[in-house]
Order: sequence, then structure tokens, then C-alpha cells
Amino acid sequence: MTAAAPLLQVRDLEVRFRAGGIDLPGLNVPGFGARYVNAVNRVSLSVAPGETIGIVGESGCGKSTLGRAILGLVETQGGEVRFAGDPVAPRDRTSIARLRARAAMIFQDPYASLNPKLDIGEAIAEVLRVHGKAAPDAIAARVAELLRLVGLSPELARRKPHQLSGGQCQRVGIARALAIEPSLIIADECVAALDVSIQAQILNLLMELQRRMSLSLVFISHDLGVVRHLCRRVAVMYLGRIVEIGLTEDVFAAPRHPYTRALLAAVPDIDPDRALAPAQLRGEPPSPLDLPAGCPFHPRCPHAQEICARGVVPELRRTGDIRVACHFDLPPMTQQGEDP
Amino acid sequence: MSAEALSRGNWLGRGFATLGLGHANLNLVLGGAIILGWALIAVFAPWIAPYDPIAHNLPEKLLGPGLSHPLGTDNFGRDILSRVIYGARIDLQMGILGVLFPFLIGTTLGAVAGYAGGWVDILLMRILDVVLAFPFLVLMLAIIAILQPGLTSFYIALALVGWVSYARLVRAQVLVLKTSDFVLAARSLGFGRLRILFRHILPNCIAGSIVFSMSDVVLVVLAGSSISYLGLGVQPPTAEWGVMIAEGQNFITTAWWITTFPGLAIVLMAFGFSLLADGLAERFGLRQP
Repeated sequence: MTAAAPLLQVRDLEVRFRAGGIDLPGLNVPGFGARYVNAVNRVSLSVAPGETIGIVGESGCGKSTLGRAILGLVETQGGEVRFAGDPVAPRDRTSIARLRARAAMIFQDPYASLNPKLDIGEAIAEVLRVHGKAAPDAIAARVAELLRLVGLSPELARRKPHQLSGGQCQRVGIARALAIEPSLIIADECVAALDVSIQAQILNLLMELQRRMSLSLVFISHDLGVVRHLCRRVAVMYLGRIVEIGLTEDVFAAPRHPYTRALLAAVPDIDPDRALAPAQLRGEPPSPLDLPAGCPFHPRCPHAQEICARGVVPELRRTGDIRVACHFDLPPMTQQGEDP
Repeated sequence: MSAEALSRGNWLGRGFATLGLGHANLNLVLGGAIILGWALIAVFAPWIAPYDPIAHNLPEKLLGPGLSHPLGTDNFGRDILSRVIYGARIDLQMGILGVLFPFLIGTTLGAVAGYAGGWVDILLMRILDVVLAFPFLVLMLAIIAILQPGLTSFYIALALVGWVSYARLVRAQVLVLKTSDFVLAARSLGFGRLRILFRHILPNCIAGSIVFSMSDVVLVVLAGSSISYLGLGVQPPTAEWGVMIAEGQNFITTAWWITTFPGLAIVLMAFGFSLLADGLAERFGLRQP
């Protein structure tokens, strides 16, 4: 870890969504009360200035919700977000405004995240105006500069989103995020909707910008290869919790949590002669409405023992350079896919 | 074909495409032409109309359509053609103003209700339910009777009653759009709520309301004529189509032209606005052509 004070600090963050039921205080009829999904369950995370951190996990594990909760886009039910040392309170508009003036988000669907009625230049210029980032007569020049920065021709400024390709739209999304001159960017599956060749271009662009501007980057993805390529640290999420977090090379070389091992083993190999490792995970993740007692991973875990089903939810604890939420110190894996 | 001719062809094609004629949007063109025609008639009424629409000329009363009076005269000897032409002024104004105020009020309230949610939404929607609970014309008549018969009361009553359709339409759209990605993106960029609502959400959900407003014009013109017919709207002797029909009904068996021609005028204007509504719906992609 670097000694610098963290730029972003998330402590015990909780996000709950109501999933049906009637929300009445004092209503205690079984089956009628409100039921909740813990989309993000006591997640703690810190990001140093200029650092890239990857957040990986299956669909529905809460990684996107975590990203949105950090920016105050969804209501949180507990925990704390601190940005540059200042607490960000969801109900305190000025703290949210302060945060959003220095932290931006890039979204998964490049088309849907742009207003279809506004042309590209206006979409970027509006950000500059709202945040007072350029004098009125300098806005057009700054828009052209930002477009060039993300590798687009300034002539595209008059186009509407539907006249651009997905990759171009995502570059516009990045340009718009950069317009606020952020110190933190949260990229939420920002290449998942793009062709592989375009993915590489966008990723290279992100890496280059991140280095040049010493941005902090929270990179949310289900693509382990991309995260390994891009991020210094990685956090693995399962059912709203972080189960393993550490330096990317450590986690990928010697994953400690059985879920991380299964995820890594499931990455298909490019070599067609090598057989795909037998699937390690049995079944689907349990319903987030009805989490199993104890470790939420135990119904699918090949190492599960009695303590996993009964005991408390394992907390993150340090083993070596990695922190992992598992009761056991599993022996290191010998090879990908082969677990003793 | 020479390059010059080709480029001229392209220019023509582009011109047609920008006008929406590239897809041969017949509804839009025809409806637009009819309404434009009525607008011209309304503007230039004093120059087009052959006679004074109000002055009595009893020697020539109840003449059938003929050379001197193409559409005949009524029981006061007034020229029906001139009265229909002058009537276009009132009825077109009624249609446009009668829709404009409900449109503005309804769109704003619906957008605010949908975006704010919570008690604001609940309150506005319950008021809307109350308005909707009454039959449209009955409520209109009641409000106009309380105020005082006349065109101003008609507009006020319409503004009080007509906004509900727009509010419901826009609110439903806003509810859909407020969770959309580009609104989320706008929030993440620190845009204010008013900016998001009026600059990002509203322009993307206004098309449906504009199309509806065109067909609403038809209803408003008919309602205005009905209310004038009942004696609560435009007052005689002003030339207005509903008033003309009301005045002519005593002579329907002996002088059919007094009621028939203003009736046809209403039908033609309604037809024009309906076509315009269809054409716009096609244009905005709200409906398959």
C-alpha cells in the first residue's frame, strides 16, 4: 500500500432495495412485510490517488450498485463514503455536489447514457458550463480539445449519438467524464457492450489518460482478463460482499478464496487443445432475498464444512498480502482448475 | 446524366427529405396544407369575405346558394360565406389557445409529479382523478356558468379541465425516463434537478404530447362550438361556426345551408388537425406508417 492518504474511502457501505412486500412500520405478518435485497453488504474499500482498482464478480453481485452508491446515485442504508477526507452524506446536497465535481462515472451502454436529443458537442459543453470549467467564449475550443483527447475528430461535435458508433459514443462518455477534470473515475462495465477490438482501444485510452492525469480509477467489470491487464488491485465481490481483495498479481497468482479460484478457473483458455477445466461451481448463486446462514458461499463451495453453514459470516482477514473472507487457510492452488 | 443534374437531383432530394416528404408523409403534408389554408383565410378574412359578416340585410334573407351569395344567406340576410370565413378567425384561435394552455400546464405538472414522486406526485394525481371523475363537457359548462359566458371563460375552463390528459401522458413518460441511463449519467455529472427534468427528460418525452395536442385541437374546436351552440361560449352576433349552427337550427328544414356550411367547415378543420396528428406521430416514430 502507498503511504498517501486515500482519495476515496468506503466503510461498511450498505445498500438495500425493497423487493416487494408492504412497507408498514409494525407490520409483522409473515409474508406481508417488506422484503429487502442487500445489494451491497458492509463493503469497505479505499482507493489511493492515481490508483486503479478492479471490482469483479458475477452479474447481480452488487458491483454496479457499489459504484453508483459511491457517487450517491442510489440511497445507502448504512456506512460511510469519504472523498478526499470529507464525508459524503447522501442527504447533504452540497457534499454530493462537491463529490460529483471531482468524481465522474462512465457507463456500460454508450448509447443509452447520452441524451439522444443533444448533439455531442452540446453534451460536453453542458458539463463545462455547469461546473464552470471554461469561460463562455472558450467552451467550443475546450470541447474540441476534449474530443481530440479521446481520439475523436472535433467535427463530430455536431453529430447526434445515434449517428456515432458504440466505440465513438463511449469515447464521448469518457470525454464528458474528463470535462469535469476529475480525480476519480468510476467505470461501470464500460467496455462490456463493445466489440473486442474496440474494447482494446477504449482500455488503452483509459490507461493512457489515467497515467497522464494520475486519475484514480475504479474499474467495475466481470471480465477478469481486462481487470488483470488494467488494475493494480482487485476486489472480488460475491452477493454484495467483498470476499477477497489484494494486489492483482497476488490474487491472480495465488487466490485464497474458493470463489475467486472458481472464477479464475472458469476463464476460458485460448489454447483449443487444453480442455476446459471442469466447472467448480455448482448451481446458481442463492437468491439474494434469502441468503443462506453463515458464509453466503457455502452451498456452492467445494470446501464447505459444518462451521460454514452454522457460524457467523466470515469477515475479511489478512493472510499474506491478500485479505480474504473465508474461515480456512486453503492450501495454495497447484495449477489453474486443479484444486486439491 | 451530367454531374450537374445529378447534384441538383440530390439537392432536391435533400430538400424533400428535410421537409419529411422523402418518406411521402401524405398525412403531414395534406393536414398541414388544410390548416395553413384555414390560417390564411383567418388572417385575410377582411379581404376575402365578400360581405360584412354581422350587418343585417333583411331584403336578402334566407336566400339559397346562388351567384350573389355562393353559400346563401341566413334569416337576417347575412352572407353565410362571409360568416364562415370570419368564423375561421374565432375557431382557429379557439383551437390553438384552447390547447396551448392545457398543454403547458399539463406538461409541467405531469413532469414535476413524475420526477419528484412522493407526496407531490400523490397530491397532483389525486387532483387529476377528481377532475377526471366529471364528464368533460359537464365540468366545462359548470365552470363557464360560474364565471360568465364568453370566450375568456372558455379558455379558463379548458385550462382547468384539459391539463389532465397532458399531465398523465407526460408523467408516465417521465417515470420511464427518470431511471434511464442518460438521466443517471446526468445526475452523476452533478447536473441540477431542474436542468435534468426540463433539459434532458422533457425534450425526450414531449413528442407524444405534441401529437396528442393535435387531435386535442379537434376536440377543443368541437367543444367550443358545442358550448357556443349552448349559448355559453361565443355570443351572437359574432360569426362563429357553433353559434351559426345554433342560430340556423330553426330553419333546418327550409334553409339547410345556414347550418350545413359551418358544419362542413368544422369537419374540414378537424380533418386537417387529425391528419396533422397522424403525420406527426409517423414523423416522431410513435406509430408505424
